[in-house]
Amino acid sequence: MMFVPGNNPGMMTDAHLYGADSLMFDLEDSVKLTEKDSARFLVYNALTTIDYGQVEKVVRVNPLNTEFGKADIEAMVKAGVNIIRLPKSETPQDVIEVDNYITECEKKYGIEVGSTGMMAAIESALGIINAYAIATASKRLIGIALGAEDYVADLKTSRTISGVELFAARSQLLIASRAAGIAAIDTVFSDVNNEEDFRKEVQLIKDLGFDGKSVLNPRQIGPVIEIFTPTQKEIEYAERVIAALKEAESKGLGVVSLNGKMIDKPVVIRAERTLELAEAAGIYRRA
Amino acid sequence: MEIKKAASAGTLESSDILVSLEKGENGIEIHLSSTVDKLFGQQIREIISKTLTDLGVQNIKVIAMDRGALDCTIKARALAAYYRATESTDYKWGE
Repeated sequence: MMFVPGNNPGMMTDAHLYGADSLMFDLEDSVKLTEKDSARFLVYNALTTIDYGQVEKVVRVNPLNTEFGKADIEAMVKAGVNIIRLPKSETPQDVIEVDNYITECEKKYGIEVGSTGMMAAIESALGIINAYAIATASKRLIGIALGAEDYVADLKTSRTISGVELFAARSQLLIASRAAGIAAIDTVFSDVNNEEDFRKEVQLIKDLGFDGKSVLNPRQIGPVIEIFTPTQKEIEYAERVIAALKEAESKGLGVVSLNGKMIDKPVVIRAERTLELAEAAGIYRRA
Repeated sequence: MEIKKAASAGTLESSDILVSLEKGENGIEIHLSSTVDKLFGQQIREIISKTLTDLGVQNIKVIAMDRGALDCTIKARALAAYYRATESTDYKWGE
């Protein structure tokens, strides 16, 4: 998911050409208070004019308790955005209020109720404590995301290269998302010139179980795709696991084995996940 | 809606346009400077003019400085400048 400042037309027009799965047009922190109206018009007209193809369109709106929040949501729902991203979600009520207002806007413009998705960004200690309640607060939610800059400020610490300060938050957010059955997206890595540590961080969050990473610059897209894409060896192993499962099922066997090792349910789930990622990366197609 | 004050929207950065509006008396009067004037000047004027006409504007003076903005950017900046000039937040999305 690549962040695109909402008041920068130059970035907005070609942002979909770099291979990101989704684009997050930002009306919140990257837009000055005096430019909120202008950015809203800009993103609205870009979304209703530019063909972004299969790239998922996400807009980070201003919070509902600001003077900009409602106008942002109304415009973006009318523009047909895929996902409204709420910043600074701290309680389930934050999600419910936005959900209700989206419904109001969908009805106003004759858009199918429920067709606009939501994502909640969690950026505070209270939000992390409430992560599962937030993740289950609306059927519109397709994922929750960690916003690290505000979170570490709330924790009275700062970002480190190792990311130790984010360990608990990442773990809790991930567990909440899995329990809720929705996606978990990690925070940005701000130093776009430091590819070595960026790669380490992407590997870390992949190992933790995240579904994806937020990026700030097109240069960061390649490493994320590379690290999240299964290797040929992993794909072949996953295929063998699935084949062994099918063979056992056809023979009516209760126990599945591959090369003499028992294949149990978690192994099959991991194999399915590998093939899903490979399909998403466009390097594998299931028969 | 009445133009209450001079207002502008946009920037002079690449791919953007700075649209400034002020009260006018001679229809929609557009003064455009553009890095792509020879190729797209007429088109840019038409987009600004149509955007303002659709809003019911009859008389206005427009000063536009273009840096290669796409049509959707030109329209967005003209809309933002108009709502600022009328001091209105009664946006009509999709009209």
